[in-house]
Amino acid sequence: MSREKILAAIKANQPEKTDLPDLDILNALTATEGSLVQQYTTIASAGGSFVYEVADFEAIKSILQKEFKPGVKIISGIKELKDYTFAEDVAHELAHSFADVELAILPSYLGVAENGALWLTETQMNVRVLPFISQHLAVVINRNDLMPTMAQAYDKIGNADYGYGAFISGPSKTADIEQSLVIGAHGPRSLSVFILT
Amino acid sequence: MSNVTGKSHPELAADFNKDEPRVDWHDETLWWVRAKRDIAAHKLPEWELLRETASQIKHNVLSNLYTYLQQFEANAQKNGVVVHWAADAAEHNQIVHKLLSDKGINRMVKSKSMLTEECHLNEYLKEHGIDVIDSDLGERIVQLAGEPPSHIVLPCIHKKKEEIGDIFHEHLGSAKGESDPKILTETARQHLREVFLTRRAALTGVNFAVAETGEFVICTNEGNADMGAHLAEIHIASMGFEKIIPERKHLGVFLRLLTRSATGQPITTYSSHFKKPQEGREIHIVIVDNGRSIQLGREDFRNSLKCIRCGACMNTCPVYRKSGGHSYHTAIAGPIGSILAPNLDMKKYADLPFASTLCGSCSNVCPVKINIHEQLYAWRQVIVKEGYSPASKTAAMKAMAFTLSSPVLYRSAGKMGRVVFKYAPFAVNNKLNPWYKHREMPKAPEQSFGEWYSKRKEGQN
Ligand code: SF4
Repeated sequence: MSREKILAAIKANQPEKTDLPDLDILNALTATEGSLVQQYTTIASAGGSFVYEVADFEAIKSILQKEFKPGVKIISGIKELKDYTFAEDVAHELAHSFADVELAILPSYLGVAENGALWLTETQMNVRVLPFISQHLAVVINRNDLMPTMAQAYDKIGNADYGYGAFISGPSKTADIEQSLVIGAHGPRSLSVFILT
Repeated sequence: MSNVTGKSHPELAADFNKDEPRVDWHDETLWWVRAKRDIAAHKLPEWELLRETASQIKHNVLSNLYTYLQQFEANAQKNGVVVHWAADAAEHNQIVHKLLSDKGINRMVKSKSMLTEECHLNEYLKEHGIDVIDSDLGERIVQLAGEPPSHIVLPCIHKKKEEIGDIFHEHLGSAKGESDPKILTETARQHLREVFLTRRAALTGVNFAVAETGEFVICTNEGNADMGAHLAEIHIASMGFEKIIPERKHLGVFLRLLTRSATGQPITTYSSHFKKPQEGREIHIVIVDNGRSIQLGREDFRNSLKCIRCGACMNTCPVYRKSGGHSYHTAIAGPIGSILAPNLDMKKYADLPFASTLCGSCSNVCPVKINIHEQLYAWRQVIVKEGYSPASKTAAMKAMAFTLSSPVLYRSAGKMGRVVFKYAPFAVNNKLNPWYKHREMPKAPEQSFGEWYSKRKEGQN
């Protein structure tokens, strides 16, 4: 069996055991000061996201109404935004049936100021493919859910159980052709982030 | 892809160098990426501690792989993931093929995986009647061009947009002469969307596999790994066994380093954590050795297994930038590839450790602090000792060894060298001198060190 063969070779060849480094000093150094909202906005905008600070869900609605024509398929994972198809109601449908979704609006409970990333697990996505297959994506997050760096983000995630989770930091993009940045590779052509203040 | 031409690095580099403007363009583009890396790194005051920490974590991993791999396997299985072990490339390919043929699948979509390049999976599956489409835009481009990727992060960095336009016109029906990256990307988006929606199987690579939780993480900017995996019945993830990290919180360290080093971005657009399969679907992980356990046992070279495949060492390497990824005739080009390849086949890749100026720039940028240039130097010694020296080096080195071993010859060789340099540069700069081609010859000093030293001594007396 290859398993045994590989493990035996590894056991014979691995070097003498060294300890794991302490992350505390590093993580203490990374705790940044200043406004996380501002930092998040600067970095996420540079990465191609549209960031809005909003007071309430009404404000989000009016922005979305301006950006998306009535009649397009919009799925919302947020119960306060119930003018749209509610994600839970369609979560059982085949992943492929979401191919024509124009906009998905999903909640996140963890954002990272240093890199603009938003953490969503399957629970917030409802369907794993939804934040990828939609032509556009909007994510709603509370300002208190922003963390300075990935170190604090993983502290917050802790040992949470999930089937799938992803940090999403912007619209889908590529620079494979002569290093020129093109937004909208395979996934959403835009990411709008609504920070509830 | 294997070296179908049978040419060595200097010969392939010479081919690449025929088109000078292209070499300059290649050089500048990669240097620009390197500069972006610097800006990103300098923004973090704790950058050096971050690198040191990552290096130490990886060292702990190497020293404890036997336990971590089994821990990872047990946790992945608990999560409902099926784990396979492959001793070599052939076994890896057979496992993937069997998973597909058992389900009667003959078409697969694949996201970026350098391991499958190393194993020549696409060719193998093609021979067995299975069609594979690479979904990363850069990889799709080189796949349509019938070439291997020339860079691990930027697979088609060697191609001009006009050439890509021609390829797309031929294969994807874009307008003739179209070379706007936006329009070409949109063409690929439409083409690949259809692929994602119709493939029952998706294969991805693995960036990090967490022993503590059994989950694995894939990083992309395009979202192609997720589109493929979430729409397929079966998701196969191929990983070299060194991709293990101990705990979930260590992801924080590596995700902060990876893209800052690679492209200067603070993080990829998507960092996807796969833990359990979706209901009614399957996830399979293939853990591959393919020479890694041997490298683990080579004390001088085991650090190369810390590599997180960011590509920074390539972007900064003066040799890589001027010779192009294909000149390395191995799946992973550049400085790190030149350490990994001789482990697999010392004879075939004996030329690669010599494809370096040993300037150390690679080691300086490496996010996990691999002593890349020292390992390249160490490989040279091993290769010479084992008698695998590349032919172009052997004659010159023999002459050199002979000269160095004789004080009289050494002195006169120095004197003669200066005379030859000064009055007959063509005699040095000719095809018969294998050293000239690889090195910028220094200006000949007015007097040799020996002459200077004895004159100085005379003066003192
Ligand atoms: S050796 Fe270091 S710099 Fe080169 S690809 Fe690997 S991690 Fe990056």
